Amino acid sequence: MSATACGTAAAPRTAAAYKSSYKPIWCPGCGDFSVLSSVTKALAALDLPPERVAVVSGIGCSSRIPAYTTCYGFHGVHGRALAAATGLKVARPDLTVIVTGGDGDGYSIGGNHFLHACRRNVDMTYVVMDNHVYGMTKGQPSPTTEPDWDSKLAPGGTGLRVFHPLVVALASGANFVARGFAGDPNGTARIIADAIRHPGFSFVEVLSPCVTFRPEQREWRGVVRPAPVEPTDDAATAARRVMTDDGFNIGVLYAGDRPAYRGYPQPARAGSADLEAEFEL
Amino acid sequence: MTTTRSGAAQAASLSDFMAQAIAMELEARERYEEFADAMEAHNNREVAAMFRKLATIEGKHADQMLAQMGWSELPILPRVEFEGFEGPETAPVDAVHYLMKPWHVLQLALACEQRAVRFFERLAQSANDDAVRRAALEMAEDEREHVALVRAWMQRVEPPPEGWEVDPDPPRYTD
Repeated sequence: MSATACGTAAAPRTAAAYKSSYKPIWCPGCGDFSVLSSVTKALAALDLPPERVAVVSGIGCSSRIPAYTTCYGFHGVHGRALAAATGLKVARPDLTVIVTGGDGDGYSIGGNHFLHACRRNVDMTYVVMDNHVYGMTKGQPSPTTEPDWDSKLAPGGTGLRVFHPLVVALASGANFVARGFAGDPNGTARIIADAIRHPGFSFVEVLSPCVTFRPEQREWRGVVRPAPVEPTDDAATAARRVMTDDGFNIGVLYAGDRPAYRGYPQPARAGSADLEAEFEL
Repeated sequence: MTTTRSGAAQAASLSDFMAQAIAMELEARERYEEFADAMEAHNNREVAAMFRKLATIEGKHADQMLAQMGWSELPILPRVEFEGFEGPETAPVDAVHYLMKPWHVLQLALACEQRAVRFFERLAQSANDDAVRRAALEMAEDEREHVALVRAWMQRVEPPPEGWEVDPDPPRYTD
């Protein structure tokens, strides 16, 4: 949590202090409710003043989150949340910047921005609610949809290899990589708090069931479990682990020590005396 | 409170135990409130009202326990590990459907209360501290009363008709 001011109020803030009066319109049972809860719990654990936090998103069900918080919010263009957030953080390094979105927004439309956000390593936290489907637009396969997922919109399945966001994040230079589960809101809150504290670009993939288009994802509850290994600071080790697990190990996978990008060095601004000296006869 | 290998939680002291028990009630209340909000957004008002009522009941139970301990607010809790991801009285976030009926709400509440009974019974069995054991047995009894109340409530609610989940205008294009 570099360059972030923590609150000093006598009574620590509760998660409720970060929830706005707008009620989510997600389908009842959606995992995104829990992720919203995890984000607000993480902010409460860090006791960050809401006005010192900006939540930035793109387009999709999960991208509605900024409106449901009392923090500053920016509901941006599809797939471009990370670009907007990068500009914001570089211009206002004093703010804690959290980016939220879904698998379609982040890995397809915003796939290129995802790669370069990892590479740039600007100090912000990216929380992706991955439900392996485009929910808002009625259930098209996304980059993380299984190749054999059969639906009327993709009869017989797409047959396409799935995108592996954690491996891509590691290969691209993200400084913190973790996986959470919407059914574990308290554990996910701890992961998000760790991600915010960690300097540089932190990526948290949250398995967030879509009960409307992927009701079978309710079964994730029975297979998700804490990762049996401690986090590593070696990206190659982390990549090997994540490529060989079944996608249901949760926890912090990788915490690196790459310095965060803080923008170009600002040239010293010339004072009036310097300017006058230039024109001295 | 930590979880033993057998899955039973242990509390070091009575205040530790009570703080955790109150936190469990508050977590359950929060989830019911979340469900109530979601059902209101989807115009399932009868079910929303029931979830709101359940949230109120859980909140009152937490208030009673706070008063019992003479606390004005919840003390800071140590990190707690449950058998599952959340407290035993908290309904799973994905256990609802936008067309669900009051009968489903009560089924859900019944399962939560039954889990709470089992949780406190196991905790009483594994407690090393007498005060904690007595409090856990009292809590188990409270939860058993809640189970009975929910069962009585279910007598007044009709089971859902067949095809309750069929929506003539479904959100699923893929159907």
